[in-house]
Amino acid sequence: MASTATLRTNPVIGALEWFGELGSFVWGVLRAAVTPPFQVNEFVRQLDEVGAKSLPLVVLAGSAIGVVLALEARYSLVRFGAKTLLPSAIVFAVITEMSPIVTGLVVSGRVGAGIGAELAAMKVTEQIDAIEASAVDPVKLLAVTRIAACILALPLLTLAASFCGVFMGWVASTLIEPISLTRFVNAGFKGAGFKDFLPPTFKTCVYGMIIGTVASYQGMRARGGAVGVGSAATTSVVLSSLFVILADVILVKVILLLFP
Amino acid sequence: MMQLAQEPKADGANTAEGAEPAIDIQQITKSFGTQKVLDGISFQVRRGETRAVLGRSGTGKSVLLRIIVGLQTPDSGAAVILGKNMATASAEDINAVRTQMGFLFQHAALYDSLTIEDNIAFPLVHHRKDMSASERRDRIDLLLKEVGLEGHGQKMPADISGGMQKRAGLARALVLDPVILLLDEPTAGLDPISSGEIDELILNLQEQHQMASIVVTHDMVSAKTIATRIALMDQGKVVIEGSFDQLQKSKESFVSQFLHREF
Repeated sequence: MASTATLRTNPVIGALEWFGELGSFVWGVLRAAVTPPFQVNEFVRQLDEVGAKSLPLVVLAGSAIGVVLALEARYSLVRFGAKTLLPSAIVFAVITEMSPIVTGLVVSGRVGAGIGAELAAMKVTEQIDAIEASAVDPVKLLAVTRIAACILALPLLTLAASFCGVFMGWVASTLIEPISLTRFVNAGFKGAGFKDFLPPTFKTCVYGMIIGTVASYQGMRARGGAVGVGSAATTSVVLSSLFVILADVILVKVILLLFP
Repeated sequence: MMQLAQEPKADGANTAEGAEPAIDIQQITKSFGTQKVLDGISFQVRRGETRAVLGRSGTGKSVLLRIIVGLQTPDSGAAVILGKNMATASAEDINAVRTQMGFLFQHAALYDSLTIEDNIAFPLVHHRKDMSASERRDRIDLLLKEVGLEGHGQKMPADISGGMQKRAGLARALVLDPVILLLDEPTAGLDPISSGEIDELILNLQEQHQMASIVVTHDMVSAKTIATRIALMDQGKVVIEGSFDQLQKSKESFVSQFLHREF
């Protein structure tokens, strides 16, 4: 395990060790994920934790994006005489980029910290050892279920955020200059197809995989007492947010290449 | 190591003598960095026998239990449990052995998101899928009664005392009717009355189930009460092994120092 001392003395070696151990962890997760028995009950419980309990926050964030985009975009578009493009600007910006990345970052903060802290607390209080001593695979029970729940929940949460973003974008626009919802939607989605909206929504599966994997890994390798738990929660959020942003850069390019 | 003669117990608890050992520890060594915590430890435990392992803090007692369960691997030597070497056996074999083992962790290690009942039911849910809900319910009720936690099954671990958590941990360790019982400091942090109750409970359970047990403890009174034999460890080695009476007669300075400091 990459010790703090190693990281402090040689960050390159420390980072390589971290990635090496993460690779080994991911291999264990993949093996556990395809080997029965499957922990269906725990998966459903995690889906509730990750999905249903993140919904209010994601809805709020999505709504805020819609309002802010409507206000900012109107100002710019009016300056350039392109006010009629406002619905399209809001719809495309919300659905293709803003909603997926904001959902990813919001879930990374809420769920990443939660998974990291919970598993770290279980690790330092020997609960994970107790699971293993009970002849139950802790990776299968704790990590696979959380990662799978994140992968499934992220696109669904993104859809909710997108819906709220577009709707609140219309609300903000219509408060300044009244426009019917039908007209706003028709103008916003004009000329758009599924290929414009599905890939950006489903790229959040990758965000979910990143958040679940990094947080589970950081939690299950925690050491020490309260300090270890706090450190695992913090690093889970920081690293998963960072990797979500980096993944976004790559995925945008991939989507543009695959769906020109 | 000073090996003292096997003393037959008045209650016939050594009836398993001569049978195949359930736990066979063979020359185990384990180091962390430059610190050698286990240095050639060997002993055997048969069914019906309770071995207490005593020693100062940091002498590797808990590490020994973790090696027996397969949570850690020794640097050399072997922990052969029910005929399987826990360091080299397949994952399936290790899990098969683990289902026949009960392990009470030092701080009970109850799952804090589950009720006491669900904690006890955890091994049943995962390994006794053939059991009906009512059979499972009966088994949990019986164990709650055995460990004196009737009426506390719906509580969360955080809502009960340390002694009750130990009892719940013990119930969880016993739920699969194990052949082997490993107890890591079962009385640590408890008041003398609670310690006495836990000791009595372990003694009763041992008489009922005739398991091969290892108890890691600092508590000489507890060791005297529940163990058929006691191994005293120092600097990674077993310094002396025998019954409590035999240890008391020992002229070894470390032994007498350890016994006097305890009393």
